[in-house]
Parts: sequence; C-alpha cells; structure tokens
Amino acid sequence: MTFLDRRTLLAGSGAIALALALSPASAQKKYDEGATDTEIKIGNTNPYSGNASAYGNIGKTIDAFFKKVNDDGGINGRKINFISYDDGYSPPKAVEMVRKLVEEDKVLFLFNTLGTPSNTAIHKYMNQKKVPQLFVATGASKWGNPKEFHWTMGWQPDYATEGAIYAKHILSNVKDPKIGILMQNDDYGKDYLNGFKQGLGKDNEKLIVELATYEVTDPTVDSQMIQLKNSGANVFFNITTPKFAAQAIKKAAEIGWKPVHYLNNVSSSFGAVFKPAGIEASQGIILALYRKDPADPQWANSPDIAAWKAFMAKYMPQADLRDDSHNYGYSVANTMVEVLKNCGDNLTRENVMKQAASLKGYEAPMLLPGIKINTSSTDYYPIQAVRLARVNGESFELFGEVQSNENPSQ
Amino acid sequence: MATTATTANSPVTAAARPAGHKWWIWLMVLLLALLPLLGGKTGLISNYGFLQLSLMIVYAIAVLGLILLTGFNGQISLGHGAFFAVGAYTSAVLIDQASWPYWATLPVAAIVCFLVGYIFGMPALRLEGHYLALATFALAVAVPQFLKYRHFEWFTNGVQGINIFKPDPPFGLPLSADQWMYLIVLFVAVLMFWIARNLLDSRAGRAMMAIRDHSMAASTMGVNVAHYKTVVFGISALYTGVAGALHAIIFEFVAPDSFRFELSIAILVGAVVGGIASLPGAVIGGIFVQVIDKYADALTKKLTTAVSLPLDLEPWTIYGIALILLMYVMPMGIAGGLTALWRKLRGS
Amino acid sequence: MEQLLQQVASGLANGAIYACLALALVMIFVSTDHINFAQGELSMFSAYLVWQLIQWGLNFWLALAIVAFVSFLIGVMVERVILRPLHSAPVLSIVVVFIGLLAIFHSLAGAIWGHTIKDFPSPFPNIAFAGSGYIGPHQIGMILVTIALLVALFSFFRFTPLGLAMRAAAQNPASARLAGIRVDWMLALGWGLAAAIGAVAGSLVAPVVYLEPNMMASILLYGFAGALVGGIASPGGAVVGGFIVGVLENLIAYLGNLLEKTTGVYIIGNGEKLTVALIIVITVLTLKPSGLFGHVTVKRV
Repeated sequence: MTFLDRRTLLAGSGAIALALALSPASAQKKYDEGATDTEIKIGNTNPYSGNASAYGNIGKTIDAFFKKVNDDGGINGRKINFISYDDGYSPPKAVEMVRKLVEEDKVLFLFNTLGTPSNTAIHKYMNQKKVPQLFVATGASKWGNPKEFHWTMGWQPDYATEGAIYAKHILSNVKDPKIGILMQNDDYGKDYLNGFKQGLGKDNEKLIVELATYEVTDPTVDSQMIQLKNSGANVFFNITTPKFAAQAIKKAAEIGWKPVHYLNNVSSSFGAVFKPAGIEASQGIILALYRKDPADPQWANSPDIAAWKAFMAKYMPQADLRDDSHNYGYSVANTMVEVLKNCGDNLTRENVMKQAASLKGYEAPMLLPGIKINTSSTDYYPIQAVRLARVNGESFELFGEVQSNENPSQ
Repeated sequence: MATTATTANSPVTAAARPAGHKWWIWLMVLLLALLPLLGGKTGLISNYGFLQLSLMIVYAIAVLGLILLTGFNGQISLGHGAFFAVGAYTSAVLIDQASWPYWATLPVAAIVCFLVGYIFGMPALRLEGHYLALATFALAVAVPQFLKYRHFEWFTNGVQGINIFKPDPPFGLPLSADQWMYLIVLFVAVLMFWIARNLLDSRAGRAMMAIRDHSMAASTMGVNVAHYKTVVFGISALYTGVAGALHAIIFEFVAPDSFRFELSIAILVGAVVGGIASLPGAVIGGIFVQVIDKYADALTKKLTTAVSLPLDLEPWTIYGIALILLMYVMPMGIAGGLTALWRKLRGS
Repeated sequence: MEQLLQQVASGLANGAIYACLALALVMIFVSTDHINFAQGELSMFSAYLVWQLIQWGLNFWLALAIVAFVSFLIGVMVERVILRPLHSAPVLSIVVVFIGLLAIFHSLAGAIWGHTIKDFPSPFPNIAFAGSGYIGPHQIGMILVTIALLVALFSFFRFTPLGLAMRAAAQNPASARLAGIRVDWMLALGWGLAAAIGAVAGSLVAPVVYLEPNMMASILLYGFAGALVGGIASPGGAVVGGFIVGVLENLIAYLGNLLEKTTGVYIIGNGEKLTVALIIVITVLTLKPSGLFGHVTVKRV
C-alpha cells in the first residue's frame, strides 16, 4: 500500500465518524481505490462459460442496466465502470479473477458474484482485504454473518429460510404427507434440505420417505423420478436448477406421478423451466416468490414492470423476456444503485458497506408488494420475505400472506 | 533450445533427449528466485503478478507429470486432473484435520498420489490407446463424485470443500504471502524438474523411452515392461499430485467443483501445446495453461468492440482457433516447433 | 419389481441417447481411426440448426433432412480443411485439434442462440398406449430410429460399392489406393456421414435433455463408453454398448437404493452410479480389450 492510499484510507475512517453525525450527502468527498469524481469501478464474476453458463444472463443484464444508469447521467455525476469476468463456475478461477479485480483493476467493491462455491472461495480473501462483497448471487445462509464477515452480504432470501417455509406449508396443508425430494448434490441443494428439515422439525423428519440426488453432469433425472414415484410419496420437493427442474416436471407428467409439487425459487422461470417442461405439466406447482412475474396480468399497470419492459426493449432487445435472470439482474442492480446513491460523495469501502447495511424499507423494483429490503449492522439478509404462489396458466397466482421465517417484526 | 534430439518411430512424437547441464538454466533459476527482491521491491510485479507466476509453475509441474507418462513412456491420459485433485485434498485434509504445517503435507501428497497412480497403472497395463483414454477420462469424471462420497464426508467435508490458510513468510522475512508462496513453488519445481531430468538421463529413463518406442523390443531386451509402466504411472501421478497440493495451498481452498473435467483437458492441452516429450515443453505448457483463457478473453473483448459483430463472440471461439492454428503450425508443440526452427536456422 | 422394470425401460431410453452418439463416434473411428471428441458438440450444433429451421416454420423431418445434409457438408469440410493437413501429426495433436473444434462449436452455439435451455419438439405423436407408463413415445421412437440408422449403415457398408470402398480405405489404405480408391476422399466421406448421424442423434436427444450448449458434454462420456464396450469398430456393437451402459447405470442406482432401503446400509446411490458403471465397463475392457463384439486385432511387429 502506498503512502497516498494509506492517507485516503485514514481520511476514510475519519469520514465514518463524521457520517455518524451528518447525513451522507453533506459529507466531504471521500474516496477509496476504485472511486473518483467521475467514476465508480465495480467488479463481478459470472459463469459465462461452463456448465452453469445459463446464469451468464444475470451478468449481461446487470451490465446493460449500468449502461442505462450511465446514459441517464450516472450516480451523483459518476459513471459506473462495471468489470465482469468469466469464472466458468470454478472456484480457483473465481479467486484468480477476483484478485485481478481487487489488486489490478482496483475496483471499489465486488457486486453480485455468482455461485456458492465461487463465493465461498473468495469469502475469506474479501474480508481480509476489507473490500465489500455485496449482494452475492447465491442464497446460502452463510452470507448473513456480519460478526465474522463484516464485508460480505447476500441479497435474495436464503435457501434455508425458503426450505423451512415449504416444510411448514406442507405440515399445515397436506394431509398425511409422505415427502419425496429430488436434490442437486452440492452446497446449494444441502442448504435447502437442511432448512426444509428444520422447518419440519425433528419429529417430522421421518415424513421424508425418499431422497434422490443428482449430479449436474447427469444427462437426465429420469431414473431418480422413477425412484421417487415408487417411494409412494404424495409430496414432491424439487430442489433443482432450471434445466433439471424442467426435466423433472416433464418426467413426472410422463410417468403419471401427480404429487403436491413444491419447486425451489431458483427455478421460478417460465422461459427456462415451465415453458420447456410444458405449461400443462407445470400447473399447480407451488413455489415461493419474492419478485413479480412480468407476465402476470395483475402487474400490467405497475410502474416498475413498465420501466423494466422499456429497459429490456432498449438495452437487451434480443433477450428472452421470460428468462427470470433478466428480472433478477434488474432488481439486484437497482438495489446496488440505491446503495450508491445513498453513499453520496463518500465512496469509501466502509461507507458503501455501511449504506448497504442501512437500507430501511427499500422497495426495489420487481419486488412483490409488501416485501421490502431491510438491513442493519446486525442484519445482513436484505430480503427475508416471500409469498407462496402456484403456477396457473402462463403466470403465477399468488396466495397467502407475505411470510418470513425469522424476524416476524418486519 | 539446444536439445540433442534423436528421432525414433514413436507413436507420440520424435523423442527429445533432455539437454546436458547448462549454466544458463541455473542462472535463469537464480534470476527467478531473486524476482521477489527485484520485481517486488520496485513494484514491477504485483502480488497478483506473483500469483500468476506461481500458477504457471504449478501447472508446469502438473504438465510435467503428464509428459513423463505420455511423452516419455507412451501411455495416454485424459484424466490427470484426478491426481491433481487427490494431491490437493491430501494436503488440505492434513492441514485441516491434523493441523500439519503446509510444507510437511507435500511429501505425503507425493506418496499418496504415487500409490494411487501405481494402483491405477495396473489395470491400465491391459488397456491401450483408446481404452486407456476412456479409463482415464472416466477417472477424471469420477473423482469429483468420489470426493463427495457420503462415507468420506467426515474428512473431505463433502460438497462444502475445505478452507485452509496460506502460510505467512517465516522469520519475519520482508516478503508478502504471495512472494513467499512463489518462492516455495519455485523451489519445489526446480527440485522436481531436476529429478525428472536425472531420471530421464538414467538407465531407467532409457528403458521408459524404449518402452514408448517399441515395447515388445524393449521386453525382449530384458526390460520389465509391466513394472516400468506401473511405476511411471505412479511417478507421473506424483508430479501432478504435488502440483495439486501446491495449488490447494495457494488458493487456501479445495472443493469438488475445483477439479472438474476441464482441468484434465487443460493439463493435456498444456502438455501437447508445450511439447509432449520435452522438459522445456512442460514449462511452456504450464505458462500456456495459465495465460490462454485470459488472452482469449481479452482478445474477444477487443474484437467485439473493434468489429461490430451481430453477435457476442465468446472467448472459447478464440481459444479453439488458437489450438487448431498452433497444431497446424507446430504439430510437435511449441518446444518441438522451436527446436525445428533452431535446427533449420543453424542448418542454413 | 415394478420399479425394476421401469428403471430398465428408462435405462433403455437413455441408452438410445448414448447409442446414437456412439454410432457417430464409430463412424469416424471406422474411417479415420480417431475418436472424435468434438462429436458431441457437432451434434449439439446440428440440433440448434434443426431448432432454428423449425422456428422458421419447417416441419421436423424436413428440417432434420436439410440439417443432416448441411452437417454432412460441414463434416466433409472439417476433414478436408482442418484435419487433412495434419494427417501425419501425432495422435495427441489431433486430440487437441478436436478439443479446439469442441470449443469453437460450443462457443458459437452459445453466442448465436444463448445459454438458456430451449424446448425442442419431439417428432413423435404424444399418445398413451399400453406400457406408456414405462417408456414414452419419444423414447420408443428414438430407439426405432437408432435401429433404423444401424440397419441402413450396415447395408451401406455391406452392399454398396461406396461402403465397401470406405471399409477398404480404412482397413488397408495402401492396397485400397492401388485398387483405385481415392482414400483421402473416403476419410472425408466418413466425417460427413458421422456428422449427419450426429445431427440425427442431437435432434433426438434434445427433446429429452433440452437444447443448450452443454447438452452433449456429459453424454459424450457415456457414448464413448458405449462405443468401446461394444467394440469401437463395430456399429452394431456400439448401439448395444450404448444400451448396456444406459441400463447398467440405472440398475446400479436401483440396487444401491434397494440395499439402503432394506438394510439401512448405504454403499452406493445416485451419486456413484456413473462411477460404478464406468468401473464395470473398464473391467470388462481389461478382460476383453476389443469390446464385447469387436474382433481381436493381431498386432504385427
């Protein structure tokens, strides 16, 4: 670290003390590496190649959205310089690219790096370097641990909470449930399963009559679906990524298995799941949502949906609007912009983190009515609420109240 | 590259015998060892730069493992990533579970990988060409599954992977962790290349190459082909496994997702592009593995902005074209190509 | 018992996928002696072409016929332009060229059509029939098409002069050349035919696994294993080998799960089925190196 850096850093920590008393806008201009009078540098990794490349659309959407922000004049006069590298969904590659972002490109912070394995690999590094790792694109529950990892924050509802919500819904709505589970054999799958088991409670774990796992390298999940059907399960909890979700839904219909079907939010996409699986076969599937489905007629007049459609038409005209990645990327990028606006002219890493942890009742575009983003220095889970919905025709039909596993006060 | 090359009817490539002692090689090693002082202090090479250098060396060791097997013994492997993973996990588990110091895990990783390679080498004896390719291909695909196997979870930590800590430089040396790691990696690499060179120069080395060039003739001359082949498989796995162990320590993290099939492909490509029967080829291959995707990525971005194409090119297109062109121009790899060029220049 | 039958049926259906790809692998092997690691991506690319034509309003079979022809031309071109100059290059250099081709076709598909999965229509009528709980109409169609392809290939090699010439060129290029066969064009023809078969394979696989650039990546290993276990030089063996691998894999998972259910002891399950299937395949190969239906080749020193 050069002398100059150290001085700005010291000045930065002084600004925190100031910021406690003053509103951010009235603070002086303070910068860490990656921020200047004209530019904010943001780093990101995404799997543009490899077996998770379908998620690459999230990175592309965020990139397009920041272009729009820049076209509209930037944030407090500063343009966003969004640098996104391909990590091929490989943890070592992610570490390498992230070190390049932090040490060579000198970004102010990382935003929406994707994947549980990749984020796990850079978790410690980011916190040692004290560079924010904001709004990561994974729902593992470990991202909300400000005591040990001050510089890392998730965004979407965590998998465990969501799993528990399904479990509770099953217990109170399905008579004599016998549960079959299809699970991707990795970190993400296990997180859902653990939350689900917690929601069931120790005594009810025996309700799970069959647990079938698959690997991302399996060509199909046909064999697992047959196994599940023959277990006699009348409830199906489907913990799969979009391609396998579509295969599972299609296969269930083909072999005539008609359980009460719960599907994880990861696959809440018409474009990538229900349309390929068959709209007919998808009817009645229950899943937790926290964002609006743009195709749902009840949001036809809602301003955020209209703004999203205009954005997509102008900046991503080729894209498939029914791919949920565009919806997700837009919403999370908006949250980021909100945080940066709140930072005012104090663009130190500490202040970015502080502002990210000071969102109060922020209604990011696309979020369902009643779901708000709340964070604090001890609450690093921005979105904690979901609403249950079922597939009805070519859109989702919401039912029930906004639910949250913890903090009922929200 | 002044290698005294002898041509033989090898299925792999013309045999290249390693060069004799060359003072300039040791001078280069010395310069490399002084880099943290020269480059690090002046700020010419950042910590990220040292990470890159370390990775190039690590991949060079891994590629060397494959080169010993394929280039000098004629056995093919599409699955060396498997041994890389075994080495990485051995090191990580010992550091994590038994709190061993990182340096002590390296010899253990070497021994474990030697045994795994040796055992795998036995059925491989009965398999040739495409069959061995399938068996090793299968090994590469199976190892990530194996790491997640339920009964191993207590030490592999299953899908979560294992977090470990990168060593700090000892005795308060004025080096960054990356610079220190670079020196360790360089030391290990020099040692292992030196051993490989001496091995190839020995009787055993000549027997290895005799088996590659004509296994039946070798066996009539009294070479125990089966014994040699399995041992070479073990040594090859050992090299690649030590590279894996170093990789784990550099990244402070192992997970099944880190060792997917792509890794095996990268090692194979490194070996062939570098020069399959050449020690300098291993170094070139290691550098190639480390830099190619970055260049492909950067070039793709430049192309996309320079020429307004109707579609977003992806880096793999450039990567693929680069591979084909390289094989087109230098079918014996870069080391082979340079040797041929050198000979042509001297001959004319 | 019920489940066992279903698992076997589903294994056969998956086996048809592997068999199709194995057939294309054998085709290139028979004519050029190479394992084409880019075969999966070529098939995937062809499947995208079919999808595109269907989007433009063509009927499935017409689209497939056009694409099979186009793929044939692509295959011939790949051989003539890219592989031709490398005829004397070492085997591993050729393998790297295949990896290069794989990367190019994979990334082009991603760049042109994106990475989101696409629905691919099945050409077979979706009707219920006795036993359709075991195996779907598309799966049966796929098996039938695979067998039809096999019969066509068999007749081609056995009864047509061109087929005979191709076999001669592959088995003994020197004598074939003396007999007036243009050996180099036979190689290109082999590539073309393999690419055309690959187009059929891709278009039959896509309705099951969905169309995306990674579609064939994991299937390649199965196809490769199937081709080898049946005997890499025998089209019939490759098809049988594909089915064997498909069924074997399902049976292993089934038995593993059954064991866990009845005794509570977990040894293998869904996570290990591929590994165990491959171990069995490789064991078979160590005992019978030319595959179940291959001929023993005598090596001359």
